[in-house]
Amino acid sequence: MVLQTIWFFLWGLLWAVYFMTDGFDLGLGSLLPFVARDEKDRRAVYRAMGPIWDGNEVWLIAAGGVTFAAFPTVYAVMFSSLYSPLMLILFALILRGVSFEFRSQVESAAWRRMWDAGTFVGSFLPAVLFGVAFANIFQGIPFDGNGVYRGSLLTLLNPYGLLGGLLFLLLFLEHGALWLAVKTDGPLHDRAVSTAKTLWPAVLVAAVLFLGASAAATDLYANYLGQPLLSLVILAAVAGLLGIRFFLRSGAAWKAWIASSLAIGSATFYGVIGLFPAVFPSSLDPAYSLTAHNASSSPLTLKIMLGVTLAFVPVVLAYQTWAYMLFRDTVHGEEEPDVHY
Amino acid sequence: MEVLWLSRLQFAVATFFHFLFVPLTLGLSVLIAIMETAHVKTGDEEYLRMAKFWGKIFLINFVIGVVTGITLEFQFGTNWSRYSAFVGDIFGSLLAIEATAAFFLESTLIGVWAFGWNRLSKKAHATVMWLIAGASTLSAVWILIANAWMQHPVGYTIRNGRAELTDFAAVVFQKFAVLEFIHTVSAAFILSAFFVMGVSAYHLLRRQHVSFFTRSFRIALVFGLVFSAVEVLEGHLHGADLAEKQPAKLAAMEAHWETSTNVPKYLLALPDEENERNTLELFPLPGMLSLLAGHSVDAEVTGLRDIPGDERPPVLISFLSFNLMVGLGFYFLLITVVGWFKRNRLTESPFFLRIMLYSIPLPYLASELGWTLAEVGRQPWIVYGLMKTSEAFSPVAASQVAFTLVAFVAIYGLLGAVGFYFMARIARRGPLPA
Ligand code: HDD
Ligand code: HEM
Ligand code: HEM
Repeated sequence: MVLQTIWFFLWGLLWAVYFMTDGFDLGLGSLLPFVARDEKDRRAVYRAMGPIWDGNEVWLIAAGGVTFAAFPTVYAVMFSSLYSPLMLILFALILRGVSFEFRSQVESAAWRRMWDAGTFVGSFLPAVLFGVAFANIFQGIPFDGNGVYRGSLLTLLNPYGLLGGLLFLLLFLEHGALWLAVKTDGPLHDRAVSTAKTLWPAVLVAAVLFLGASAAATDLYANYLGQPLLSLVILAAVAGLLGIRFFLRSGAAWKAWIASSLAIGSATFYGVIGLFPAVFPSSLDPAYSLTAHNASSSPLTLKIMLGVTLAFVPVVLAYQTWAYMLFRDTVHGEEEPDVHY
Repeated sequence: MEVLWLSRLQFAVATFFHFLFVPLTLGLSVLIAIMETAHVKTGDEEYLRMAKFWGKIFLINFVIGVVTGITLEFQFGTNWSRYSAFVGDIFGSLLAIEATAAFFLESTLIGVWAFGWNRLSKKAHATVMWLIAGASTLSAVWILIANAWMQHPVGYTIRNGRAELTDFAAVVFQKFAVLEFIHTVSAAFILSAFFVMGVSAYHLLRRQHVSFFTRSFRIALVFGLVFSAVEVLEGHLHGADLAEKQPAKLAAMEAHWETSTNVPKYLLALPDEENERNTLELFPLPGMLSLLAGHSVDAEVTGLRDIPGDERPPVLISFLSFNLMVGLGFYFLLITVVGWFKRNRLTESPFFLRIMLYSIPLPYLASELGWTLAEVGRQPWIVYGLMKTSEAFSPVAASQVAFTLVAFVAIYGLLGAVGFYFMARIARRGPLPA
């Protein structure tokens, strides 16, 4: 059915936009202890995310909400199967959010160090766990015909899952370093650029390994063999990765960040296209897999939600772009009166 | 069975905690927007200082509201997966609409507001706060429509073993949702008004920043008075609606056992669930319950004995939470009326100011009691008349739920303590000097 197919790709799109936006916040939070040398640097790092991280995080809420609305059975089985990792992600995101807010409340180095640690953990854990979760979804999750998870906590920590976690972490670190390069000048900018350059080969190796391991561990390539044109998305991901290096050399941090967004978005779609029509495949028996066809909402709900999404998402993109533009200048770590943090 | 109880407890902890922060976001955003607009209109710098002072408290409260909301968004899937699969066609879309229509706007603009003081014109900056207030209220609209559907499902049919949507407009515009929205948002406005009045009273008692806090107090007073009146009147309509739609809840919250006409309302009673009667019934208002529930003293009101034992909600909890909430509702109205007559000589009324200071927690209590009544009074149903809570929980290991429950209590406990500490600290320090 056309509606279900549209929804499948919209679902993928929301996750992709979430990773492209909040991905750099998660990466930058994870880099905080390494790129920021003093309080001024750290304040600049926070200022680089300050006005926008909360709006970015709503893409996660929207992705979750749309999973619930368009594929309720997937929402139910996915989130109860992935109970512990998801809860861990949520606790980490709580920690990250309040760390941003609480650190500036007390003028004490020890106090700030504590919440800097919160920012680090709250960014690092989700970055890795989203990768582990999605790699496992690509591979299939052991749940039965009643939607009951038959694995243990450790089932998800298989080599392919861990490779996925590593890949996401590296992609987000690179993305975060590039965002910092865009937003700063002076020594901090230089350090951000050199961090991005140092990380880049690791990202590339992890990406190549992941593409290779997917052939062995998943059925993702079946759709690509049937429809070779789809491989363009893999090319786009590779082009994005190469673009990062190219623009870094020419000193165009802003373009390198765009290339990195392209890489992350295409990498997400690489998996989403490979999954189709499955949204949440079962590794026990393909018959149990939840697909866009057997797990979707009724046509009426899909239609109403399509209208809502097509009406609102462009508006959201418009005002989020406006907010990004409003804060497009480079940030500095000085205290400014009247400005939050 | 363990999983059921642990999940209920966990959900209760998460929602009660979320709702400690939600009402202040809803109400204070409006009050701050009013202050900023007053600054734009009059050019008076004091209004700007007011917006900034209350805004600092607002931002801490907002962040905790956001991070605790995100867990809730996913908890229907993690802990109530059978419920989610059964109702997702309707309930899921309401949550998704809430995110796309409201959350994006409020969360994007909060950053613009907090960091944008020097980047936007005064007028644009005030407009941003109005939009934040509007978006928060809009989020309340959608989540309460979702909750109203659980209280009184409409516009659906059972097909493919689940509830499927047949009439979107019926879901969105049903009376239960309208009543719940007015009631909950008024509650939030009352809470915010009492918060601002209480903090202002603290400083007025010390005769510091007198003009600043007299103004803040008066703006909040008007707000509190109006919505306390709305709350009491609308609360009665809400109760009458329950007589028709959830007779079991009505009977439980009134501790009414025997189906009868011309039912009195007792000002003081104590239900005894075991023996299906009240151990104490004092000060009857003849015919009052019939009048409230059925708009006539002759109206028949269903009693608990006519409701099967396994379809009755916990009586004592429903009864106590209802009566305490109502008592508080009348108190809020009374004390704001008193405030109205004292509004021009606040600093001369230390006793009144002290009462207002100590009243800060009361609307928090009333709101949580209201939700206790709405949610516990709906039991044993998760969707009234359609699905029982005992059929709704996820097939997950009890250890997982127990472990995360402990984590919720620990993390939220810490978060709440630190958050309220900072809000109180900013409140006590008062505004920056002019
Ligand atoms: C009557 C109002 C009301 C009620 C009953 C609830 N919420 Fe809430 N929620 C809000 C009113 C609100 C708000 C005013 O819009 C918040 C509170 C603080 C804030 O910053 O936004 C919010 C924040 C908030 C967020 C973060 C949004 C963001 O980033 O802007 C999520 C995901 C949820 N909520 C989800 C829920 C769920 C799943 C609930 C049901 C159990 C729930 N809320 C009950
Ligand atoms: C924010 C204010 C709210 C509070 C304080 C609250 C409180 C509670 C409590 C105490 C329970 C447990 C009842 C029991 O097991 O006896 C419960 C259950 C539940 N509530 Fe709410 N609730 C709130 C809002 C909502 C909203 C807006 C929704 C839906 C949109 C909702 C959906 C549910 C669900 C699905 C349950 C199932 C678990 C159960 O019945 O035990 N709640 N709530
Ligand atoms: C005389 C005054 C009041 C009356 C008659 C009244 C009546 C009611 C009734 C009948 C319900 C249950 C509705 C349901 O089951 O869905 C309810 C719920 C609730 N009440 Fe009240 N109430 C009053 C005052 C207050 C006050 C002062 C507050 C808070 C400041 C408050 C906060 C709430 C909340 C948050 C809910 C749950 C949401 C809802 O169901 O609307 N109420 N109230």
